[in-house]
Amino acid sequence: MAQVHLRNVVKKYGQLQVVHGINLEIEDNEFVVLVGPSGCGKSTTLRMIAGLEDISGGEVGIGDRVVNDLPPRSRNISMVFQNYALYPHMTVRENLGFSLKIAKRPEAEIEQAVDEAAGILSLTEYLDRKPGALSGGQRQRVAMGRAIVRHPDVFLFDEPLSNLDAKLRTQMRTEIKKLHQKVKSTIVYVTHDQVEAMTLADRIVIMRDGHIEQVGTPLEVFEKPANTFVATFIGSPPMNLLDGQVQSGKIALDGGPSVSIPEQSRGKVQDGQAVILGFRADNLMPVGHSMPMPGEHSELGMTVNLSEPLGTETLLFGTLAGKEVQAKMLHPRPVAPGERLEFQLDLTRCHLFDAKTQQSLG
Amino acid sequence: MTRFRLPTWFVLLLPAIIVLVAVVLIPLVLSLYSSFTPYRLTRPESLYKWIGTFNYEKAVKSAHFWAAFGRTVLLLTIALNLEMLMGLGLALLVNRVTYGQRALRTLMMFPMMFSPVLVGFQFKFIFNDNVGLVNNALQSLGLTDVAIPWLVDGKLAFMSILAAEMWSSTSVFAILILAGLFAVPRDPIEAAKVDGCTPWQSFRHITLPYIMPFIYIALAIRSLDVARAYDIVQIMTNGGPARRTELLWTMIGRTGYVDAKMGYANAMGYISIFLAIFFTIYFFRKLNAARTELGMAG
Repeated sequence: MAQVHLRNVVKKYGQLQVVHGINLEIEDNEFVVLVGPSGCGKSTTLRMIAGLEDISGGEVGIGDRVVNDLPPRSRNISMVFQNYALYPHMTVRENLGFSLKIAKRPEAEIEQAVDEAAGILSLTEYLDRKPGALSGGQRQRVAMGRAIVRHPDVFLFDEPLSNLDAKLRTQMRTEIKKLHQKVKSTIVYVTHDQVEAMTLADRIVIMRDGHIEQVGTPLEVFEKPANTFVATFIGSPPMNLLDGQVQSGKIALDGGPSVSIPEQSRGKVQDGQAVILGFRADNLMPVGHSMPMPGEHSELGMTVNLSEPLGTETLLFGTLAGKEVQAKMLHPRPVAPGERLEFQLDLTRCHLFDAKTQQSLG
Repeated sequence: MTRFRLPTWFVLLLPAIIVLVAVVLIPLVLSLYSSFTPYRLTRPESLYKWIGTFNYEKAVKSAHFWAAFGRTVLLLTIALNLEMLMGLGLALLVNRVTYGQRALRTLMMFPMMFSPVLVGFQFKFIFNDNVGLVNNALQSLGLTDVAIPWLVDGKLAFMSILAAEMWSSTSVFAILILAGLFAVPRDPIEAAKVDGCTPWQSFRHITLPYIMPFIYIALAIRSLDVARAYDIVQIMTNGGPARRTELLWTMIGRTGYVDAKMGYANAMGYISIFLAIFFTIYFFRKLNAARTELGMAG
């Protein structure tokens, strides 16, 4: 097992730069998830760690070796691909044992490693089938099995669950997490699905346009987003963002009511500063249908345009300060479109961002 | 009284049946029948004399026939193997080219655009012992003083024919294998790289199984081509000198049209057909096996 470090890593295709000097230290046995919208450079970064893409600048290290100029075969890594990338002409057994066979390990050792991996992933009864005769989930497990037989320094996962249906995806997500607990190892995992990122990661790396926007534990990035991008990318439904201005100790929302400045941001804003107020649907609830809000809170009236009942709660859509806003209703009752309700906004859970830099103010 | 009517399906199929009977069945039956007669083109009445399997016995006992048969198999084996290897090499090289690949692919197909008869004439000139390109080049470079009898010596003539055959048809392999290389998915190759494969190992274990079906298709097509080889040999050496480059079909052609012994020629033709059928079945079996390997067979 090993650490991985990236220092000022740059990737260019000709004149086009797609990864702009990334710095990241990944600890031994850490599960790190790179997440971001498509085209943000997360897969490219992973493929640079794997050695499948040249590194245009900077340094990538695995363990205490700099691997910039090593071919993939010398890096002692395993990779699980989005399309599984199984060898169609080999049986499951041969697929699993292929890397060991190439490494010229003795037959008995290969057999033992294959049986062990097949046991962990419950593939034992499929060992003599070819990939063509397996279901998507089974193929996915073979791809993971192929990765674990090698006992690599680092596991790399490139969107491994995106080709599975929703139910199987949840199931495999749990299996990957279990696998990480069983086979202690360093994992770098790429996904565009923030739920996958939140549930799997020890630490999440949120990327956009070839830059890292924030690195932190799932709870850190959820509760303390560094900027508006992270705030809207992590969490479902996305965080509500309202434009406003600081005016005499309050935030005047554009074309809407004023609310007090959240305590954690006081002293970090100046009068007249353009700001963005962010809050999640969980922190805007109708009076009488909310969580207790012991801290400071504001009361706002809003007309509900649409409601989405989810059973234990209902999502309410309305317009506030010119923007569409989502709120949550606990112990729901039917709400008709056009109905005006009083809402409570939990100020202790609000976030304030600078409108110009989009960065967090507290 | 109801009139007898042909069933509808038969009426609908009738045009096709008539064409097939006229174009395929009658010539086939006629040629098969004539192989049991001493039929000579110059004596039409000989078509009606039945001599049983005499022609077949004569062919089977003929040393010339078996020499030509063996030579054809030899040419087929050597030409197919060399063309396959060179075509594979060519395809792999072209596959690596990123700039100007289209132009290269078109260039690669040039030899296929020439009639084999013209290829025969061109190589007859190239290998001519007096004015030929090869001898002139060898002499100018001072590598030899003598005029090498390329098309006169039996072994050299065979090699010259082989060279012409390869020049004109290596691109068949190159094009088909290149198509195969385009169809190889990128992921398994990358997985193999990560799994520890050297470039040669990824080619051997991953790329090659993927392109095997394409190689077998090319082999099947070319085996039929070479098994009926006629034009290039006819032009370059006319099967000579003294039958030393005689192939099955140059021999059959001469027997049928020059010696006018059509009955005997047809008998030899029917024996030869089995060669072509054998290779076709063999390569299609291989093709299906390779496809099953990849899980492509339906």
